[in-house]
Amino acid sequence: MWHDNLRGIYYIALKDMRTYYLKPPAISWGIVFPVAWILAFYLRSPRAFEELVPGLIAMTILFSTTAAEAVVINFELRIGSLERLLLAPITVSAVLIGKVLGGALFGFLMTALVALGSIIGLGLYVNVPYLLLVVVPSLFAFSAMGALLCVLVKEVFEAQTLANLPRFLMMFLSGVFYPISAMPWPLRYVSYLLPLTYTVDGLRHVLTSGENAVILFDSMILIMVVVVLIVPAVRLLHRRFV
Amino acid sequence: MSQDPVIEASELTKSYGDVLAVNHINFEVKKGEIFGFLGPNGAGKTTTIRMLTGLSKPTAGSAHVLGFDIYSQIAEAKRHIGVVPELSNLYDELSGLDNLIFMAQLYGVPRNQRKERAEQLLKTFRLYDRRDDAFGTFSRGMKRALTIAAALVHAPKLLFLDEPTAGLDVVAARSLRSLIADLRQQGITVFLTTHYLEEADLLCDRITILVKGRIVAVDSPEALKTSLGASLPIEVSFPEAPQKIAEELSEKLPNLRVVAVNHKVRIYGGTPVEVLDAVVRFAKEKGIGVDAVSTVRPSLEDAFIKITGLTPTVMAMEKGGRR
Repeated sequence: MWHDNLRGIYYIALKDMRTYYLKPPAISWGIVFPVAWILAFYLRSPRAFEELVPGLIAMTILFSTTAAEAVVINFELRIGSLERLLLAPITVSAVLIGKVLGGALFGFLMTALVALGSIIGLGLYVNVPYLLLVVVPSLFAFSAMGALLCVLVKEVFEAQTLANLPRFLMMFLSGVFYPISAMPWPLRYVSYLLPLTYTVDGLRHVLTSGENAVILFDSMILIMVVVVLIVPAVRLLHRRFV
Repeated sequence: MSQDPVIEASELTKSYGDVLAVNHINFEVKKGEIFGFLGPNGAGKTTTIRMLTGLSKPTAGSAHVLGFDIYSQIAEAKRHIGVVPELSNLYDELSGLDNLIFMAQLYGVPRNQRKERAEQLLKTFRLYDRRDDAFGTFSRGMKRALTIAAALVHAPKLLFLDEPTAGLDVVAARSLRSLIADLRQQGITVFLTTHYLEEADLLCDRITILVKGRIVAVDSPEALKTSLGASLPIEVSFPEAPQKIAEELSEKLPNLRVVAVNHKVRIYGGTPVEVLDAVVRFAKEKGIGVDAVSTVRPSLEDAFIKITGLTPTVMAMEKGGRR
């Protein structure tokens, strides 16, 4: 059975990449949107662009993984094709993890483009294993967040609207544009509850100090976020089929 | 034909809150047969398929599919069953060939056989010329055919077909029925739900009639028809409009059922002598002639009406009340 599930996860992710992700709307939402925001912010208050790179990579992770993830499950539930996947010898968990993997793979491609462009363009030194230690769990965390938001509601448009709330909240409160240390203390506490804070923090340390303990801590938090988001998403999806 | 049961359902029940969708049903499907599940919309046909294919948990009762328990071994059963849902729910963005290959991948068809099997099915279902076109561009009949092909890509032993011809035009429906009939030759057991009486009559070896979640009859179409016994309908042609005549005759013969069918008046119930006597008296009183009188070979529709008390109009309703 585990063999069937692994195969299902892999092919569902590949199929989602072909049908939903590698399309102009997902690519523009995943890359153009974060780049445009960062450039707008840079032009408004110019400073060393290197300081904005962690925020840029973090935003790319967030927006590319949730670009379609936050709607595909409801879309497929509506047209009945998600049910088709469940007719195969695979579990509800495998279907959901396949969907999350699809979002994470697409996010990885988009993030790789932005990260490579920034690193090469600005001549930054990066420890790649540490970079992956932050990026990979982040990709899964935000893809899982998209999946959870999707199964929380019934309609595609509801999922899209709901997904915008944490996306924009995190964009402004996770240290993407403004350092968390400069925020008023109530907002600082809110920022510590947001997973993107740990992505930005981890990336900042990868690109600057390379402080192992902080990077590992951020990575561990993000792995916990993946579990915390995937488990209820699987349960909610399962509930629709009993 | 072997008599090994492929599906065994015992007291199978599904309720949604206070609504009992499937009410303690018992039936067996034999190996190699086309088993029809006939009933109006809302009878519980799709709910039964969903329980037997693992998409919905029964509220009570038990069932075995290909010998596997649907509670504990459904994953094992899924390897050997194909399902054609009521909706043609393949992926619009993928081509016909890619949709079949994706299904082959999901079911673990060996890599070196996927394309060959998909192409073979495209040829069988006369879609090979459109193999590279996106599913979204297919006509409704072609979509239905590809959905059936997708359910066969892993060579299942048992195929569930949920309303396979619903919403299709006459030509597409006839073509699909011929393909479904061919499945029997390949040794595939077919569980077919339909609300088309003619379709069930043409295709099925045995039919179960389901009304409001309960099984009211199980038998071969021929046996169901002959169960009508002596009460064969009598058909009379009058020179006047049959609808008006049927209404008037119905008032004169309150104990019999009189309906207008295909420019004729059909009378159910009573012996032939009683009916003929009444018809001749009616014609004389009204001063009209009688063009022809004949007994009608019973149809499945007649059997259905007798067994369920429902009208064929109820059966002809599509989902959502369309006719």
